[in-house]
Amino acid sequence: MTQDAWLTAEVAGPKKASLITKPEIADAMIRRAKRPVFIVGSIAAEIDLEEKKLIDYVIAMAKRCKIQVVATGNTNNEFLKRGFTPDAVMPAVDIGNRLTDHTWQGVDGKGPHDLAIFAGLPYQMAWTILSGLKNFAPNLKTISLDNVYQPNASWSFSNISIKTWIMNLEAILGNREG
Amino acid sequence: MGTKEINISIKEIETEIGNIKDLRFSVGRLAQETWDEPQGPTPFPSMTALRNWDLTLLNRYKPFYLPFCDLCCLCTFGKCDLTGDKKGACGITMPGQQSRIVLLAACIGAATHTSHARELVTHLIEEFGSDTRLDPGGLNIKVEAPITRLVCGMKPETLGDLETVLDYSEQQITSLLACTHTGQEGNPLDLESKVLHTGMIDHLSMEVADIAQVSAYDLPKADPNAPLVDIGFGSVDTTKPVILVIGHNVPPSVEIMDYMQDNELTGDIEVTGICCTGIDMTRYSPKAKIIGPISWQIRYIRSGIPDIIVVDEQCIRTDVLDEARVLKIPVIATSGKNCLGLTDRTGDPPDEIIDDLVSGTIDGALILDPEKVGVVAVKTAMEIAPRRKKDKKGIFLSHEEAIELAKQCTQCRECRRACPNDMHISDAIKAFSREDPAMLAEIYDSCVGCIRCESACSEEIPIHSLIVAAGEDTLRNEAFRLRAGRGAIQDIEIRQVGGPIVLGEIPGIVAFVGCANYPKGGNELAEMAIEFANRRFITCTSGCAAMTIGMYKNEDGKSPYEIYPGNFEAGAIVNVGSCVSNAHISGAAVKIASIFARRNLRGNYAEIADYVYNRVGAVGVAWGAMSQKAASIAAGFWRLGIPVIVGPHGTKYRRMLLGRADHDEDWYVEDARTNEKVYVGPVPEHLFISVETKEEAMVMIAKLSMRPNDTSRGRALKLTHYIDLHRRLLGSMPTDIHRFVRMEADIPITMKEDIVAILQEKDWKETVIPDPTLIPKKEVVQ
Repeated sequence: MTQDAWLTAEVAGPKKASLITKPEIADAMIRRAKRPVFIVGSIAAEIDLEEKKLIDYVIAMAKRCKIQVVATGNTNNEFLKRGFTPDAVMPAVDIGNRLTDHTWQGVDGKGPHDLAIFAGLPYQMAWTILSGLKNFAPNLKTISLDNVYQPNASWSFSNISIKTWIMNLEAILGNREG
Repeated sequence: MGTKEINISIKEIETEIGNIKDLRFSVGRLAQETWDEPQGPTPFPSMTALRNWDLTLLNRYKPFYLPFCDLCCLCTFGKCDLTGDKKGACGITMPGQQSRIVLLAACIGAATHTSHARELVTHLIEEFGSDTRLDPGGLNIKVEAPITRLVCGMKPETLGDLETVLDYSEQQITSLLACTHTGQEGNPLDLESKVLHTGMIDHLSMEVADIAQVSAYDLPKADPNAPLVDIGFGSVDTTKPVILVIGHNVPPSVEIMDYMQDNELTGDIEVTGICCTGIDMTRYSPKAKIIGPISWQIRYIRSGIPDIIVVDEQCIRTDVLDEARVLKIPVIATSGKNCLGLTDRTGDPPDEIIDDLVSGTIDGALILDPEKVGVVAVKTAMEIAPRRKKDKKGIFLSHEEAIELAKQCTQCRECRRACPNDMHISDAIKAFSREDPAMLAEIYDSCVGCIRCESACSEEIPIHSLIVAAGEDTLRNEAFRLRAGRGAIQDIEIRQVGGPIVLGEIPGIVAFVGCANYPKGGNELAEMAIEFANRRFITCTSGCAAMTIGMYKNEDGKSPYEIYPGNFEAGAIVNVGSCVSNAHISGAAVKIASIFARRNLRGNYAEIADYVYNRVGAVGVAWGAMSQKAASIAAGFWRLGIPVIVGPHGTKYRRMLLGRADHDEDWYVEDARTNEKVYVGPVPEHLFISVETKEEAMVMIAKLSMRPNDTSRGRALKLTHYIDLHRRLLGSMPTDIHRFVRMEADIPITMKEDIVAILQEKDWKETVIPDPTLIPKKEVVQ
């Protein structure tokens, strides 16, 4: 396991993401959050995780933990194909911008989000948006659930194999021991 | 405007006050006024003259910063950690630093176009004389330089007049660059205002460059039927000597073609170009051929097909000499801005230089005289080609060689981690080593040709050459047709479309511009252009984007330029030309205000920008934007109130300019008829936004084409496109329709039932269509 950015040149500054070394960490972060929101990019429907896609895990987690879901890019289509309706459809930078506004009342209008979980965005796009949140959303924690290290998140997996990733996602879902 | 420099010299004169000897004085330039339009409030604006307008825009579209680096390392106090609310040693904040870097990037871009324009104008004045008349469109164009008229308040008539414009641009860029010094401007919004000023200067200089070259070189003059020219690797006759020119500044290429013409060699040699020099060469002579955008440099050089490489300026790989040296292809550098470490041979006789290049005594030469470049390039290519073709130098790998190299891969995945598009290169190489080229060939289609994969490879596998080997069939069959850059838009075309655009009945003008750093290959861009041409948008393009659109074929083997007309009209695909021709797209928006709406242009920037912003549904798309020039071009569109969409790599420009649709208070305009504030909805919702996928981009284009001034008929049409694309590409009805419907007549008739249900759910209330302006009446100077 390493703590290098997945794309080797994307070196972050002094403040770098803590590693999710075991799934309980991410699980605890999500359980502890009062107003979590999922930000799900187009690659979530492309990544094969054995019989499933990343988006299938996102849907399961969103349902289990009652997490609001924002579909970016054209991911909405993929959610709808799976019988799941996201809470909002908007560009990734638009939701990122709103999350820096501490007065924004969130996707459902019921209060500011305290945790943003990122999955399936193009690597550098997630990198830069997470950098924006790191610097300008001090009350927000962020988690990257991709299998590559995102240094600008609050918490991120390291660069892990697909197999390890699946084990972690299953464990977060409570389907398997972590 | 005609201008004259007055220089007076008096050897000796006796006057009442005494005897004066050797008196000399000069008056610089005197304007001979031939334009009776009244001067507006801001001719030759200083960098603060339009600050109020900028802040009006920036109040709606606040920066969302995406720091690409947490540190500042620009002075020896640093590095300074600016994370969160920390400040640097000079006191700068993270927002200030991000805007500062954006300003730096924009200054680099504007300086590049301005320097390009200056070299071009100086050269053309030397060659043709400063009194050479500007003629960008013959009888079809009376507003010859809309940006110059708007910004400078002057009407240029000759090449010499353009020097005055460039004097102003250079002065402004110097001041703007000075603002980025340590301990200078640190307020983020003031820095952003200066970014917009830089963008305006950039468009000014681009206009100068293009109208100068169109006039002097007789490039297509606002010609919608400019000839179709060849583009693509497969269009080159490799049995002939081949010259490759890379860059943007066309005089050396022109001299090459002139020399061939003068010596009856035109049919004997292939002149090929990469990047905007390629585009401008084909505007000069349709016999020239374009290979492709910037990303084709390595694959074309490594093919060994070029017998000589001539580089001018901008977007040229800095390792071009290294690549050429491997294949013993001589290189001629022609610009003081890009000397490549070569010996300056400008003063040497051509035959001596040719002998040295042909014999291989030297790898290349710096020749700062375009005419001499013409002679040397042509003669060298002719002498060297027979030997090179016999040797068949080139590193197109054979299938067997490529597979043997692929077998050396250790699957460390460092190539993938170096790839800007995170492509699964090592998996593809593994499959290739097992005789399955499909995955690697797929990577060929998306590869941006940066060869960072090769730099990262510990086994020194020439990965890009492997990719090209897998995609060789595709490469060799790249032969398409592109309509040569037409230049400006005719006044009559503006008259014909001005009304329908302003009323919203032509759904929009969409401009696909910028570089080739595409996330998933170029076909996506061509598909977008075709979609919007089919939707009867006026679809414009330029530069690398124009080439990319041309490198696409439908089932009948035709490129978009063979199918869609080149007129500035609904349903067309309009290639204006190279990077500097972008000024004709912003110029067209300005001309709508001038020619259709009869607003005074002269030195009247804020009023015209307010007009364009509220009425002209134009959207820029820089899907593969990469460069600093792209940054300054975008900034020039922003200041005119024209939104720009970039692809996913665009977040690396460090900040977006985003509106907040949910903040109703942001979306009021003044109704110029009643002076009342009227809610008009978030139109256009964003000024600069990066989107993730082609599908999202297409929905965003339709959305950002809405303007407050749309008639109900126009708004219904624009909503139809927005809703239809949202449904088709994103899978559902958009949830923000209520923000764009002002009255029931705005609702598209075929969607009425669905939309009315949404409006009821959202507690929608009818409003009015104002005569919209963001500038309070007292500020407008008539």
